[in-house]
Amino acid sequence: MDDTAIGLWGVPLAILAGAIRVSTPFIFVSLGETITERSGRINLGLEGTLVFGAMTAYAIAVVTGSPWLGVAGAMVVGAAFGLVHGFICRLPKVNDIAIGIAMMQFGLGLAFFLGKSYIQPAAPHLPSIPFGFWSGLPQVRAALDINVLFLAGAALAFALRWALANTRLGLTLRVVGDSTDAARAMGINPDRVRLVATAIGGAFAAVGGAYLSLYYPGAWNEGISSGQGLMAVALVIFARWNPVGCFLAALLFGGAGALGPALQSVGVTSGYYLFYAAPYALTLVIMIATSSPNRPVPGMPGALSLTK
Amino acid sequence: MAVIRDRPLPAAGQAVSVETLGMTMRFGSFTALDDVSLRFPAGGFHALLGENGAGKSTLVKCIMGFYRPTSGSLMVGGREVEVASPRDAALYGLGMVYQHFTLVPSLTGAENLVISRAEVPAVIDWAQERRALADFMDRMPFDIPLDRPVRDLAAGQKQKLEIVKQLYLGRSFLVLDEPTSVLTPAEADEMLGLVRGMTERGELTVLMISHKFHEVRKFADTVAILRRGRLVGGGRVDGIPTAEMAAMMIGDVKLAELDDRVPTDAGAKPVLRISRAVAPDRSGLKAVEIADLDVRAGEIVGIAGISGNGQKELAEMLAGQRPLASGGILVGGRSYAASRGETVEHRVRFIPEEPLQNACAPKMSVAENLYFRAFDRAGGRHSFRLSKSAMRRYAGRLVADFKVRTSSLDSPIAALSGGNVQRAVLARELTGDVDLLIVANPCFGLDFSAVAEIRARIMRARNAGAAVLLISEDLDELLELSDRILVMSEGRIVYETKAQAADVAVIGAHMAGHH
Repeated sequence: MDDTAIGLWGVPLAILAGAIRVSTPFIFVSLGETITERSGRINLGLEGTLVFGAMTAYAIAVVTGSPWLGVAGAMVVGAAFGLVHGFICRLPKVNDIAIGIAMMQFGLGLAFFLGKSYIQPAAPHLPSIPFGFWSGLPQVRAALDINVLFLAGAALAFALRWALANTRLGLTLRVVGDSTDAARAMGINPDRVRLVATAIGGAFAAVGGAYLSLYYPGAWNEGISSGQGLMAVALVIFARWNPVGCFLAALLFGGAGALGPALQSVGVTSGYYLFYAAPYALTLVIMIATSSPNRPVPGMPGALSLTK
Repeated sequence: MAVIRDRPLPAAGQAVSVETLGMTMRFGSFTALDDVSLRFPAGGFHALLGENGAGKSTLVKCIMGFYRPTSGSLMVGGREVEVASPRDAALYGLGMVYQHFTLVPSLTGAENLVISRAEVPAVIDWAQERRALADFMDRMPFDIPLDRPVRDLAAGQKQKLEIVKQLYLGRSFLVLDEPTSVLTPAEADEMLGLVRGMTERGELTVLMISHKFHEVRKFADTVAILRRGRLVGGGRVDGIPTAEMAAMMIGDVKLAELDDRVPTDAGAKPVLRISRAVAPDRSGLKAVEIADLDVRAGEIVGIAGISGNGQKELAEMLAGQRPLASGGILVGGRSYAASRGETVEHRVRFIPEEPLQNACAPKMSVAENLYFRAFDRAGGRHSFRLSKSAMRRYAGRLVADFKVRTSSLDSPIAALSGGNVQRAVLARELTGDVDLLIVANPCFGLDFSAVAEIRARIMRARNAGAAVLLISEDLDELLELSDRILVMSEGRIVYETKAQAADVAVIGAHMAGHH
């Protein structure tokens, strides 16, 4: 441990740092899924999109030397994944959940297959802003070294909340998600709105992937996501389809994910690995605590296939 | 605010006349609408009467551009127009208020109004929109809160908001499709009175589809009656007696008649007794609490109330679909949880609303569905093997007894019409001895002959000594069938009266929550 050790204070600090560092993929995936689900469709394939986005961003960054080109490339392939999902779901008698699972496996497999040769080379990282410059403690500086994408995600969450209430597109999205019939009666084409919403959701999820491979942990390998894309879907339900709620829930999940490493770093040597499971346990506990067999989840878009 | 309208023809807030000329609609070899010519003069309140399948909705859908009529034409404001889509209909100021709500439940009233416009700005300036909406609402006879999500509004408010939406969009001719089916009598009177006022001021022409004669009589100027796609009569409402309207609607079909009411045995014991039963409602936020409810052998107890006041939950509690938080249900003096064994022992039968979804396996055959009560107890004993021949005999007997119209015993029950599904479920539930019958909205959406027959069957079950709990949103039905009527409001029973001495106004007031 460091000379300037701050003892047990390191745990809350590490949780704060983890909340900021680990939450970014959750933020992007859950905001993307919020847009998709608000349109009345579920895309469970975002785990695959996330991993494929991570691979694409890393590969492009290695080849071009620009991490931002990597992010842009990831968005394009993410949108393409979303379009495929959305397009298949337009066909009659297709179940969006089943397609989502298929797309998840497809995305994972394709990413592992195409990404084999990029496990070794190192890619340039995304930039971060040192908000901790005022502090003499390295831990504080490390914790407040905040990536640009985290800030973008936070801004996006608030922008999305505003847009859902104050723009034509936002209202259209909510109409389609709540009642397919009402949307048709207004001359809105629900299939088209859902296609676009799924594509945007895919693009956002891929940005989350780009963050994984280009910043934290900052390398491409096959175990890079470990189910974060799926947890983000659960998080959307927990956040009641509210973008700002997604942001806060992502922070909570990020903090929980940092618990294990934080305990390890302050010298807890036994049992800390149990805390590595904290995000997964948290997912389970939250889903049980906020669900009821006798009533639907409040705020759930009426046209979601889960509701029917 | 300038009223939003798509094109300045005819002027918004100005009634317009509509006329159909020889309107005919064929689907394959079936003629749904046969040469119907009708005139709806500007500023009139017109009514359209007819049974299910008489062609009312086909006619209206042709006017509104959902269907292209096979032949015939449409005149709006004295000029022939081509209406190829609902969008075209909107151009000419034609609008429709549907039987089911088309508002988006999670959006507020204001959001619903703004997003339904043809032109919505990319970024909505809510301060300005709110001012414009307040100005608009000042000119409307309706008072509706616009800042709450629509799902929190009462049914009457939703229905008014649907009408307001059409007026906000600048419609001059409105079709109202059974607009009062979800309203209390007082709400219905108020709403139709306000709409009538608008027609009298020449702001609106109204065509109302209805099956309630008293509404047609009270509010409409003219009436047109359709039967099997043909126009069979019509004219000024005051020139046609109600009996004649009914006769024109149903033709020469003989309706089943209600048996006389056998007096209930004064000493009859309660078959069903609910005491202090509490269960959460659908939202899970409020509780449905039935303090005390007895149904004795040989009586029909009617439960009145506006949809969504706990009647559905009550039916689910009795069907074992909704666990009780506390309290109890006794049948025949013993605790009852609606297990299959208990229903057999106490001879309880259940006819839920929307029987195709709630009491049938839609894709299984008519014969299989009819055999659900009997398949495991052939000849009074438990049986392991399903006897197909016994099933067919049993089902064939029921189909004949209850006049279920089906092409074959093997066709899926989902292929039957609504009335025949209801007859099939009735056949299954009323065959054999019945001590307790629970029925919910048995006649919803059925035509006259089916309604008359189903009511006659329920009365016959009562006279045979069954205790009947009848949950219905149709007050006329409750008044006709019940011995006692209880009113439910906000999850509680708030009023009880003998059906014979019942005062509709008092019942309506309790339904609306004024108690």
